[in-house]
Amino acid sequence: MAKIIHGKKACAVNPLKMSQPLGASAAFLGIDGCMPVMHGSQGCTSFGLVLLVRHFRETIPLQTTAMTEVATVLGGLENLEAAILNIHKRASPRIIGICSTGVTETKGDDVDGFLKNFRAKHPELDGLALVYVSTPDFSGAFQDGWAKCVSAMIRTLTRPAAERVEKRINVLAGAHLTVADIEEIRETIEAFGLEAVMLPDLSGSLDGHIPETFLPHTLGGTPVEAIENLGSAAFTIAIGAQMAESAALLGTKTGVPYTVFDRLTGLDASDRFMTCLSELSGRPVPDKYRRQRSQLCDAMLDGHFFFGNKRTVIGAEPDLLWALGNFLTEMGCQLVGAVTTTDSAQLAELPCDEVLIGDLEDLETLARERHAELMVTHSHGRQAAERLGIAFHRAGLPLFDRIGAAHKLSVGYRGTRDLVFEVGNLLISHMPHHHPDDWVNPEAGHVHHAS
Amino acid sequence: MSTLTQKVQDVFNEPGCDHNQSKSAKERKKGCTKQLTPGAAAGGCAFDGAKIALQPITDVAHIVHGPIACEGNSWDNRHAASSGPTLYRTGFTTDINELDVIYGGEKRLFKAIREAIEKYDPPAVFVYQTCVTAMIGDDIEAVCRAAREKFGKPVIPVNAPGFVGAKNLGNKLAGEALLEHVIGTEEPDYVTPYDINIIGEYNLVGELWQVRPLLDKLGIRILSCISGDAKYREVAYSHRAKAAMMVCSKAMINVARKMEERYDIPFFEGSFYGVSDTSESLRNIAKLLVERGADAGLIERTEALIAEEEARVWQQLAPFKPRFEGKRVLLMTGGVKSWSVVAALQEAGLEIAGTSVKKSTKEDKDRIKEIMGTDAHMFEEMPPREMYKILRDAKADIMLSGGRSQFVALKAKTPWLDINQERHYAYAGYVGIIELVREIDKALFNPVWEQVRRPAPWEKEV
Repeated sequence: MAKIIHGKKACAVNPLKMSQPLGASAAFLGIDGCMPVMHGSQGCTSFGLVLLVRHFRETIPLQTTAMTEVATVLGGLENLEAAILNIHKRASPRIIGICSTGVTETKGDDVDGFLKNFRAKHPELDGLALVYVSTPDFSGAFQDGWAKCVSAMIRTLTRPAAERVEKRINVLAGAHLTVADIEEIRETIEAFGLEAVMLPDLSGSLDGHIPETFLPHTLGGTPVEAIENLGSAAFTIAIGAQMAESAALLGTKTGVPYTVFDRLTGLDASDRFMTCLSELSGRPVPDKYRRQRSQLCDAMLDGHFFFGNKRTVIGAEPDLLWALGNFLTEMGCQLVGAVTTTDSAQLAELPCDEVLIGDLEDLETLARERHAELMVTHSHGRQAAERLGIAFHRAGLPLFDRIGAAHKLSVGYRGTRDLVFEVGNLLISHMPHHHPDDWVNPEAGHVHHAS
Repeated sequence: MSTLTQKVQDVFNEPGCDHNQSKSAKERKKGCTKQLTPGAAAGGCAFDGAKIALQPITDVAHIVHGPIACEGNSWDNRHAASSGPTLYRTGFTTDINELDVIYGGEKRLFKAIREAIEKYDPPAVFVYQTCVTAMIGDDIEAVCRAAREKFGKPVIPVNAPGFVGAKNLGNKLAGEALLEHVIGTEEPDYVTPYDINIIGEYNLVGELWQVRPLLDKLGIRILSCISGDAKYREVAYSHRAKAAMMVCSKAMINVARKMEERYDIPFFEGSFYGVSDTSESLRNIAKLLVERGADAGLIERTEALIAEEEARVWQQLAPFKPRFEGKRVLLMTGGVKSWSVVAALQEAGLEIAGTSVKKSTKEDKDRIKEIMGTDAHMFEEMPPREMYKILRDAKADIMLSGGRSQFVALKAKTPWLDINQERHYAYAGYVGIIELVREIDKALFNPVWEQVRRPAPWEKEV
């Protein structure tokens, strides 16, 4: 239904997009005992680190190969070797996740080849998992980097399993899911008597818990052993179209069958999830979720007054745009503008006329031209929403001007119910107040007020 | 790249920097950037430093020529305040793609400059080089020259790609860009004997505005601040100031020194953090201006203002002193302004449990030693693990640091205060020290500490 348009501008203004290596690093942060490292100049890491710290309000383990100009020109593999040895010495992580950057990709460092030699040279480090993912900054976006990272972990670490564990379900979690979303998905799966293995699992590492001691690498998340063992599961559930490739790769490698849920936000989407779990487990949907479904229906009834015909623009990475665009449309909103960061085939099915691969300047322009009343995007959209004086719902990453970003829940019946309330309340607070002259000239048509 | 290499050498060979002057010729050639350890490095790159130094210029378009990481991951993350224009808060980047890497990004950059000018009509455009575009050989100086001719506006190349060095080098290369392309290119409407420049002040959270009223009272005009709350034109005519103050230690010493050399503008290094440093800076400004021809009465007026302000500030600080008795501060500033903050904290009655001097010069360290009476609590480097231990063992009651180490303190259930560039409160001048003390008090005595430190009911007390 929607036409995908690639922006023609030479200059991106107010970027919506973040880089691939940052997305890959974020995915590595969901692995237990991990130290991600960007193979690039120290600024690549420093900027990414600051952004993730501002979003999660947590210490973020993230290192750099600290490429200098000379090292870059001569080739950065020496720096990479030094980085691995130093990280091992100082932080002794279980796994090091290596993400390339624009600098090292432009030079063309052969990291795969290097790692083979490194392994031969350093047998003493056999216990240290090393995963490399190629993520040049000059192509793709955060979500692509995340997806490539998950595939790289499966490709590098997962082994064919000797036996199947009947009740074990793999969940490949997309970049758009929050810590709270991941917790909710796991609890729901467990409520059906199944065991869930999440990859990546930010709910273990970045849920804001207070550890007993200080460690320089991630503390909590998917254990490396669990990634090695993904082949032992009975089934794989991938969440978000971005995870389809990883699920297929895992299927090919281990024979574990899979299904891809395009989203878990919304009544219909949650129904499909429940049906799937019920079939997989052979159990009826637990009473708790039947009750929650009923609550969601009630929330939709209470809320639809405020969502109906609301002219909405969304700026988000493809899978989040898909989830929120469909949900808001299902609540009665009109999607009058959609901006995203990178290609994704399913966006052609988004219920709107066009999806623009662009930036927040584009989103602001669309909102202004099409008289949007609601803007949905990450925290960087706040300046635009302020200028336009319209309702602003923060979603995605980074959320740096709000606390509790990790604990925003928007999947399943309960998450969707809460989202109806959150956005509904925002829309209520922006309801227009009428003035004596509003109806003086009926020819003028609809009145728009910025409250 | 050869001109850039030359410029980096030139910046390293800074005669105004005593740190540099104590080195041998060979050491000096190596530069002042410490060799980074892969896998154990922290901190921003040269591009980051250049952006920090110039982005506070509020009315220009700052275009980052590079892949999305350089601007997309970093824009809109500082609080340099503006008294008017907001264009500096808009993120512009060429967001180059694979084809640009193969065929070169110069055409895209030229078009990007055109778009920014057509849409936003800024008085000037700043273009920042990054690693990838430097590697593929994009000549941003040539593109800027062509754009300047074509559009009739200053288009300033800032050649500080990330991989040439650390943040501090980027600050200096940004300064070079101003010296080469901006400073001295316009004339102020009028000049007075009371015109000064403030160099290296970025007006974070509006700190410049905590100081400006003091100068106003003395009839001293900030002709140009480089670069906090600056408009392009103000920087362009800054060469007409009578004297200058250099803030933020050595970040822009090359600008201060070369302006002295070229335009005969004497400068001193000072700070507006803490009572005595603020007073000292006001004295120095007055002294330099009088030497340059301002009326001698300025010195007397300055002393009168200082006496009045100090009396008030000491009175306001007094109630905090008993509350702060025995409270110890762990100070992790990155070292740049550590002496200044150390003095300010001691004035408020706090003890210093330790201070980092990682980025401090020898001169800085001597000052800290002088202020604290000992060097026992200075340390070059402290890994987070150790920081955590000090706090966990209650060897300090509060940590003051930048955002990165915030969670080391909070996870140790210890009060923490942001004194770095992402902070939300302004701490400059006499009003600023009161604000700082209030914030420390607020953090120390918040009731949450007692509750969160208590063990859970199912945990036995040890």
